[in-house]
Amino acid sequence: MDGPPVLELRNVEAAYGAIRALHGLSLSLGPGEVVALLGPNGAGKTTTLRVISGLLRPVRGQVLYRGREISGRPPALIARMGIIQCPEGRQVFKNLTVRENLILGGYRLGDPDRERRNLERVLTLFPMLKERLRQPAGLLSGGQQQMLAIARALMADPEILLLDEPSLGLAPRVVEEVFEALAQLKAQGLTMLIVEQNAEKALELADRAYVLEAGRMVLADTASRLRENPDLIRIYLGR
Amino acid sequence: MHAAGSLEFWIQQLINALGLGSQYALMAVGLAMVFAVMRLINFAHGTVMMASAYIGLLLLQAGMPFPLVALGAIAGAAALGVLMERIAYRPVRGASDVALLLNSFAVAVLLENLAIMLFSPRSRPFPMPALLTRVFHPGGNLFLPSIHLWAFGGALLALSGLALFVTRTRLGLAMRAAAENPVAAQLLGIEIGKVTVLAFAIGSAMAGLAVLFWTAHVGTINPGMGFEPVLKAFVACVIGGFGTIQGAVLGGYLLGALEIVLQGLLPSGIVGYRDAMVYGILILILLVRPGGILGYLEAERV
Amino acid sequence: MGTSPIRRGWRWGLRGVALLLLAGIYLALERGGSAYLQRLAVLFLINLMLVVSLNLFTGFTGVFSLGHVGFMALGAYTSAILTLPIAMKKVNLPDLPAPLASTTLPFLPALILGGFTAAAVALLIGIPILRLSGHFVAVATLGFLIITRVVLINAEAFTRGTRTFTGVPPFTTLGWAALWALLNLYIAWRLKHSSLGLQVRAARDDPWGARGVGVSIARVRLIAFGISAFFTGIAGGLWAHFLTAFSPNAFYFSKTFEIIVMMIVGGMGSVTGSVLGTLLVMASTELLRNMEPGFAIGSFTFGPLYGLSQIGLAVLLILLITFRRQGLLGDQELRLEAIPERVERWLAQRKVVLESPRVRKADP
Repeated sequence: MDGPPVLELRNVEAAYGAIRALHGLSLSLGPGEVVALLGPNGAGKTTTLRVISGLLRPVRGQVLYRGREISGRPPALIARMGIIQCPEGRQVFKNLTVRENLILGGYRLGDPDRERRNLERVLTLFPMLKERLRQPAGLLSGGQQQMLAIARALMADPEILLLDEPSLGLAPRVVEEVFEALAQLKAQGLTMLIVEQNAEKALELADRAYVLEAGRMVLADTASRLRENPDLIRIYLGR
Repeated sequence: MHAAGSLEFWIQQLINALGLGSQYALMAVGLAMVFAVMRLINFAHGTVMMASAYIGLLLLQAGMPFPLVALGAIAGAAALGVLMERIAYRPVRGASDVALLLNSFAVAVLLENLAIMLFSPRSRPFPMPALLTRVFHPGGNLFLPSIHLWAFGGALLALSGLALFVTRTRLGLAMRAAAENPVAAQLLGIEIGKVTVLAFAIGSAMAGLAVLFWTAHVGTINPGMGFEPVLKAFVACVIGGFGTIQGAVLGGYLLGALEIVLQGLLPSGIVGYRDAMVYGILILILLVRPGGILGYLEAERV
Repeated sequence: MGTSPIRRGWRWGLRGVALLLLAGIYLALERGGSAYLQRLAVLFLINLMLVVSLNLFTGFTGVFSLGHVGFMALGAYTSAILTLPIAMKKVNLPDLPAPLASTTLPFLPALILGGFTAAAVALLIGIPILRLSGHFVAVATLGFLIITRVVLINAEAFTRGTRTFTGVPPFTTLGWAALWALLNLYIAWRLKHSSLGLQVRAARDDPWGARGVGVSIARVRLIAFGISAFFTGIAGGLWAHFLTAFSPNAFYFSKTFEIIVMMIVGGMGSVTGSVLGTLLVMASTELLRNMEPGFAIGSFTFGPLYGLSQIGLAVLLILLITFRRQGLLGDQELRLEAIPERVERWLAQRKVVLESPRVRKADP
């Protein structure tokens, strides 16, 4: 990690009603770093992203963005600071066209020039969106919707991109495409936090990884070391 | 009278249907927009219309020229819509559908009785300029009330403007996005509160415009005048599909046509039951096609 | 679990005291109450029936009906038409069809027929409507209310249309109203605690789970709807024979609103809550209504403030929905038994505290 962390979680506890989902989680994200968040279902990965984005207020602990406390702020405000989450399940706006979805991605910038530049950039990254700009997003296939969701998030020029299960439910070939695009983004220096079931793919991309289990951090290491010890992962992920 | 079934009869029906349908469409749009962004059936939409009419009357009595009266009534409606959202709906956002609905009933009763207190329950004449009340005779036995022209033109202009707004502007797109998926919208920096206020403002302004035509039609205003229009707007929304602007507009014109045709074709003995039939159709549509003719929304069945 | 004889004794004693108290109030009103108080008492009992019946459906099932005042109208007009003396019918309802025009029924059968009419219509419209959910039922029942009104206004041969229906025999006494209200309360209470009531509430709290254990939600809702409509119709009949003159305007939106506020104040699903809600709302509207012609505080005069009581209701409802959505009691009940139970629990707690240091409950 070079430089102070861009994003830091300190002893975050979170709950849905009476059910605890996170028990004192701490993690950090350096500038330009790509970090993977791994773990079995129900480990609290998505909850972590929800806490960072402000969709869930932590019971205890802090979320710091560039050293400033952001927990408890409304989600729209956090997004405006540049922490953009690409939510799980390809939540594109199905009644809106692909183009309208993309334009809304740039909502926080409110700058037509940057909007145009970003549009060009994401369309080079995902060329198949180009021919479908006028189609309602609901008519796209699952893989196309996932790419649109990522493209939409990129339109915001994110400072930090939070990705929730980008490969979920996609055909292997489409997963390749998505991760190729993510690798390009990494090369451009984008800071990313990726929640992923597909540990192998995630570790290929990431610099570091955290493994969660039942709301607790059980392992934190560099991706290369984790790649060399696949057994370690297997134990924690139960595969 | 025209012979039922003659070409002239149908042309006359078409003129009337377009005039009435334009009013319903304008009223229904506001209901649909508010429903789309907060799942609230805003029963108080009708009292906004009533209040807007009284604002218009006060401005008229203060000696303002009619265009300013109209603008003032529309702006007043928008302001009242925003105020209502702030005071009565924002604190209960996220409550159950029925709690929201009941709250809007309460707001309607509150405003109506405030009007009774301030202006008395009596009907008051609302003098409209001749430009709005004149009737043309384009030939034969045809009547072309100028108010139908105004209503149709006004609706066309306002609704086209709205269509441009929701497809071409950042805020308009944000509103549609928030209606469809509020969580995903917030993750892009869209503030639901801001979008909701906007929906109330625009929807209420449309209602303010509609009530000008409605008042020109009826000639008088009274504190209870909002009750029927809001129900009609509601039926229009159900016909077209609740929660979409297109659905509201389509439903408004279909309802207008339905009423005019029933009025024209029913034997005089049962024409009084027209409204019963209209609400019977409302229930029927809820049962058979709860998403309306265009609707995306499926009323869940238990 | 057995009940201790002491507690049983307590319970019967308390019930006895409560019954005596009610009987005392009844006798005091009947014999010595002013006409105004008697009138209020009858209206209270009728309103109570309307609220308990609405609660029997809406509170227990969680499905909202905005059409119950339509059932009230059906009961009122049915009973009024059936009991109108033949001579009066010739004058007031000259176009009434033959069998109705030449017969007059006594009070009780007419009242019950009114209730059955309401129940029959409820079952008829309930079969399709109750399959819907959420606010769509509310909307469909509102449609029913409007249809009822249109029919009342247009079926002039039966209802005199928009004109006032007059000459209804004044059969409703305090005794009749009290009797029906008690029956209604008793049935609502039994239903809530019967297996049907449990099914209804199970379906309300968890539609999917309830269906899993074989509860037919639509059927259970329909039964509740029918019973609720029956008593609403009876209340309508009692109301008609109390006021003796009314028009379709009485059965519309403001009445609907009034009943709903009473129900929400008391708590949806609570029978005793309905009593409290009706009492509180009637008391406050009565107070506000008396202020409507104008009043003075010191040298300030306020005045005429028509609509004040409705404004009061509206503000009350908004405040409730914003700050205390479950009303006074939620779906809990005030129970006489709770008094000795509380006393015993309190005594037991004191004993524990005296005998051993209190142990703090561990976090769940």
